[in-house]
Amino acid sequence: MQDFIDAFFNIQILMEAWPILLQGLGQTLLLSVVVVPLGLLGGMILALLSTAKSRWVRWPLMAWVDVFRALPPLVLLVFVYAGLPFAGLEVSAFTAVAIGFFLNTGAYYGEILRAGIASVPAGQAEAARSLGLGRWQTMRLVVLPQAVRNVLPDLISNTLEVVKLTSIAAVVAMPELLFQARQAQSVTFNATPIMAAAVAYFILLWPVVRLLSKLENKQLARRA
Amino acid sequence: MSGWDKFADSFLNARVAAEYTPKIIEGLWLTLALAGCIIVTGVVVGLLLAVIRAMGLRPVNWLIIFAVDLFRALPPLVIIVLLYFGLPAAGVSMSGFVAAWLALSLVLMAFAEEIFWAGITAIPQGQWEASRSLGLGFLVTFALVILPQAVRMVIPPLVNRTIAITKGTALASVVAVPEILGAAQAGVSFSFNPTPLTLGAVAYLILFLPVVIAGRWVEQRYKRAR
Repeated sequence: MQDFIDAFFNIQILMEAWPILLQGLGQTLLLSVVVVPLGLLGGMILALLSTAKSRWVRWPLMAWVDVFRALPPLVLLVFVYAGLPFAGLEVSAFTAVAIGFFLNTGAYYGEILRAGIASVPAGQAEAARSLGLGRWQTMRLVVLPQAVRNVLPDLISNTLEVVKLTSIAAVVAMPELLFQARQAQSVTFNATPIMAAAVAYFILLWPVVRLLSKLENKQLARRA
Repeated sequence: MSGWDKFADSFLNARVAAEYTPKIIEGLWLTLALAGCIIVTGVVVGLLLAVIRAMGLRPVNWLIIFAVDLFRALPPLVIIVLLYFGLPAAGVSMSGFVAAWLALSLVLMAFAEEIFWAGITAIPQGQWEASRSLGLGFLVTFALVILPQAVRMVIPPLVNRTIAITKGTALASVVAVPEILGAAQAGVSFSFNPTPLTLGAVAYLILFLPVVIAGRWVEQRYKRAR
């Protein structure tokens, strides 16, 4: 038992690794604060464009969304980070992560928001238009608020996934929480830093999981 | 060389592609095997946990809820790293394949349990009462009346979640499993040309694009059925 505690919950090692773990946590939070709005922006653009009447706009958009939902995010990230330099474009790890996440999470948010817009009855837009609101005003003031409310659990769920996904930035040597934990582990030959990182993720994200679990149950109960 | 030629020479190099296609195909089979193991383990254990939870034993349920929350909150890569790099400290060593299989199965288990459980609780109470009053026991009611309806209801979210988690097999490349991404990365460092990455991306598209489109179709069909 003592061996187990020494290997996984070693206070002394934890104290040593604390500063760099904290730095990693900061990077993880910073990364989340950058990639979540970026993905939401991309998704919003995709969703708004997909309300177009012309199938020459809608079909390519659907193909775009499906392609980026089919590619694993890590594949996108490695492609951007390791591939682009061959095309003469050196990108920093942070830029690579931002591009990869924009493409991947943008597609997911786009699909969610599109479903949200589709869930608002057409009568809402028709009524707004006949009251003299412009197309953009109708979208912004009448359709979007209802659309977002309808898909709020999915949006929160996707955001949780995005924050968890920032851990793959460790693969391109971005010093976020998991990367720093691995560094500390390989220096100390002790699993405590990784354990600490796992605990940090759990403490950070558990409240969101609880909230989601409540929202999802309510949603399904309404449907039944 | 023009810009396009240079681009084609880097990303669509026929010579490199011919050399590394067999490796990528091997990786494809490995990805499929890993994905198959994960789906079977994750969904079956998830369903099992949901069934146990339906029995309503308080302490057991708390344990299940905690496990589910835990594996929903932890990033899959963190679990893989913990199993592969951390557990040896406790004297337990496993291959990268096993670490990825275990980690992603646990994650899928958590999401599947949550989805099945939501389906079970969404079945109206009247269904229970009606079949109990017809003389069916708890287990028979559960297995023949409640569960079939619940499973039917949760197919769309379950399919989508399974696809999302199965894509996580790419994470296995981090622990040296030569699945598609692992094989592609090895190819890039040997040939010093990114064409293997292009091949890898194409392999993932061949594998997952039909599944993503099928998932979209299932969702729409169910929406109309309701």
